[in-house]
Amino acid sequence: MNVQSPPSREERIKKLQGLGSSRKRVEDARFTQGTGNYVDDIKLPGMLFGDFVRSPYGHARIKSIDKEAALAVPGVIAVLTAEDLKPLNLHYMPTLAGDVQAVLADEKVLFQNQEVAFVVAQDRYAAADAVELVEVDYEELPVINDAFKALDDDAPLLREDIKDKMEGAHGPRKHHNHIFLWEEGDKEGTEQALNNAEVMVEEKITYQRVHPCPLETCGCVASMDKINGKLTLWGTFQAPHAVRTVASLITNIPEHNIRVVSPDIGGGFGNKVGVYPGYICSVVASIVTGKPVKWVEDRIENLTSTAFARDYHMTGKIAATADGKITGLWTHVLADHGAFDACADPTKFPAGFFHIVTGSYDIPIAYVGVDGVYTNKAPGGVAYRCSFRVTEAAYLIERMIDVLARKLDMDPVELRIKNFIKKEQFPYQSALGWEYDSGDYHTAMDQATKAVDYPALRAEQAENRVAFDRGETRNLMGIGVAFFTEIVGAGPVKNCDILGLGMFDSCEIRIHPTGSAIARLGTISQGQGHATTFAQIVASEIGIPAEDITLEEGDTDTAPYGLGTYGSRSTPVAGAATAMAGRKIRAKAQMIAAYLLEVHEGDLEWDVDRFQIKGNPEAHKTMKEIAFASYNQAIPGLEPGLEAVSYYDPPNMTYPFGAYFCVVDVDVDTGVTDIRKFYALDDCGTRINPMIIEGQVHGGLTEAVAIAMGQEISYDEIGNVKGASLMDFYLPTAVETPTYETDFTVTPSPHHPIGAKGVGESPNVGGVPALSNAVNDAFAHKGLVHTQMPHDHWRVWQTAQRLGLTG
Amino acid sequence: MSDIDVKMTINGQEIEAKADPRTLLIHFLREDQNLTGAHIGCDTSHCGACTVDIDGKSVKSCTVFVGQANGSDITTIEGIAHPDGTLHAIQEAFRQNHGLQCGFCTPGMITRAYRLLQENPTPTETEIRYGISGNLCRCTGYQNIVKSIMAASRELSLKEAAE
Ligand code: FES
Ligand code: FES
Repeated sequence: MNVQSPPSREERIKKLQGLGSSRKRVEDARFTQGTGNYVDDIKLPGMLFGDFVRSPYGHARIKSIDKEAALAVPGVIAVLTAEDLKPLNLHYMPTLAGDVQAVLADEKVLFQNQEVAFVVAQDRYAAADAVELVEVDYEELPVINDAFKALDDDAPLLREDIKDKMEGAHGPRKHHNHIFLWEEGDKEGTEQALNNAEVMVEEKITYQRVHPCPLETCGCVASMDKINGKLTLWGTFQAPHAVRTVASLITNIPEHNIRVVSPDIGGGFGNKVGVYPGYICSVVASIVTGKPVKWVEDRIENLTSTAFARDYHMTGKIAATADGKITGLWTHVLADHGAFDACADPTKFPAGFFHIVTGSYDIPIAYVGVDGVYTNKAPGGVAYRCSFRVTEAAYLIERMIDVLARKLDMDPVELRIKNFIKKEQFPYQSALGWEYDSGDYHTAMDQATKAVDYPALRAEQAENRVAFDRGETRNLMGIGVAFFTEIVGAGPVKNCDILGLGMFDSCEIRIHPTGSAIARLGTISQGQGHATTFAQIVASEIGIPAEDITLEEGDTDTAPYGLGTYGSRSTPVAGAATAMAGRKIRAKAQMIAAYLLEVHEGDLEWDVDRFQIKGNPEAHKTMKEIAFASYNQAIPGLEPGLEAVSYYDPPNMTYPFGAYFCVVDVDVDTGVTDIRKFYALDDCGTRINPMIIEGQVHGGLTEAVAIAMGQEISYDEIGNVKGASLMDFYLPTAVETPTYETDFTVTPSPHHPIGAKGVGESPNVGGVPALSNAVNDAFAHKGLVHTQMPHDHWRVWQTAQRLGLTG
Repeated sequence: MSDIDVKMTINGQEIEAKADPRTLLIHFLREDQNLTGAHIGCDTSHCGACTVDIDGKSVKSCTVFVGQANGSDITTIEGIAHPDGTLHAIQEAFRQNHGLQCGFCTPGMITRAYRLLQENPTPTETEIRYGISGNLCRCTGYQNIVKSIMAASRELSLKEAAE
């Protein structure tokens, strides 16, 4: 008989499919066969459907609402208005930003498509019919949707509900349409640096209003069980525990009687962080009717009412020496928050982490001032695939560096390198108060410039320009570079909370007697593949193969409390909690192994999937054996079982970074901009699953292409929202999307248990400036300093025309 | 309006049902037939999440009334795997090549690829990109979807050659 030799150490490591393995996703078997379970797939006996009557006006007073005709539609059960919610004190709800938002319009509407009434019917067709029949009499009011006019003396008052409240959630309000002024850094010192500068550049840079637009819209099913008093709420929630707490606070249903479940989620990108009127109305309707109520918004409702992103009107000023050393950065933002301040930022940061705006550069002094204003637009201000306002900050600094490079007639890569924070300066204290954990920017930039052969690209561009001037081509070549630093993983409880809830996260691991396991987390996957990657972290920590580990998230009755998934926080925070829970298990396992092997704990060492006696690896106990022993042996001084929970409060954020290069060819006669090359080098610290990281980078870059090249939610003067369906709102198809080249360096985070930093959002943060810089660069030699996004064909053509280049 | 009688074959099974004539096929499939694989991602026939195969053509089922599908032969994502439960080569290729993330576009995407590879068994990358341009994905940036369809095409051609 053949005696099988025991598996080698390498084989044992491989079997785990732990950190660094491009493990295939466990989610895919379901999703490829159509057996995912998304919120609209939920079907409960007797379930009703809710649908909104929405405002056709941007700003109007509601004079009357007549429900009669709607209630006469067969199958219609109820029509709720603000008047019905008032006795329950639910006509307004708190936003994550310390403001309140109307659940159903209270006497007036403040943006087009605002929720006015909620129709509940036996099927969605009846509900839709009834929506058409609710008669609302409006009196139109003057509209403001230019943020620059919101604070004019004669600007109409938008928020009557808070008109006397001149002390806002973030300090004094200086005008009835003002929300806050938030400042960071040294204003005077920075102004002095500007005054004394050898060179100064200033530019106004707008990051237009866009929308995360996940392929699945927002929705929920609320089911109030009147017999046991328990409310179950399934929904597209990126933060199920926070939803439970908020739901309890505003409905007064005790928190233990609320169960919030996030089923499979069809993408989130920040859209599914907030609490929306549809959720509240569904809950109320279920309480009133005693039946489960489903509400799923359609695409137009999604684009016009639940969450927007950006809408930042920024001014940047850089002071520098004549040879290109930056001596100061001054920034101001006029932040258009729409009708209600419903930003999803950590509570103490009304402009998120915008003060990461010094970027990858060693800038001695800086100032940020952000004025938030109300306008007649949809509320929101979510982090669309970015950590709280980091995308805006990265766009501003990366554009401004190019503006400075132009002024100095210096190469933008060289200028960046000259101002980089050096490797030996980490941990680096930024002028605006952050402590960057780790970085090696020079190495990354060097690797990137070599990979794309940057000098050759510039040489080719020089030839292209000559050829263009000779009339041999109508295309202009543009080269864009961006070197971003992100700040993710919110965050330390000492300064990061949402409505008072500290932004820690959690993991609970339970090992079964036969050596398989279940891990539960406070986060929720929306396509990031948590069930795959978090099992890999557990596998590496406790030596049980990833395939033997079930991963569960999203059910507040079973998962430990956590703040959810957004701002690239899952890996930095919940990933750390997972590693720490694994380490607790290992510590107990070590005691058990010592007992079984009859040695002192200190005589044991951990090796892949087992504890072995130091110097005698033959004498060992595998985790599987230890797990069994923990359930079937009475071990003196130890409780039976093997499980652990960890709540992880990160000591700091993590700071992923990257170097992106993009090459475009612009047809000056049509404005058509072809992305010829896109290279992305990311450093996200330790890489858990390279296949998934690459997938995240592809997806994030495509969202960057969408934003830079076409996305915009704009409004006309009378408050109509333009671009509110997929007819107009740009989502690139496979045809316009380029093929990406990805690359990486690895600079682990020194404070994270496994050194990981998070990656999902980096490509959006770095991709937008890389593209925008490329388009601007195409025209740079013709005198262009800055042109606003989105760089769609029409705008690009207009730029060409302004510069006198069109035929 | 009174209900109409419809009769069709869905994933090889003949069905007969009554339906409100204005019911969209996607709602009929998802709600009456409990085939929730195809999804709804827009109101404007742009996203392709609702793609099903009707009589040998890819169709956005949010744009078709149930009555228009009367008498037709429909395949949805639930009918693509082999009867013994093993994955179709395209499904397997999506799994192997990380051709999906949130999975919301996936049923429509795979159903479209299933038809595309019958229309053109050995497409080039560009042909695939044009061939799936009616299906939007917000997560993957398409790169791995294209790779998956390429891989499936190779796999299916090999199989064909062997047969
Ligand atoms: S649901 Fe978008 S095309 Fe059918
Ligand atoms: S995988 Fe999420 S939309 Fe395609």
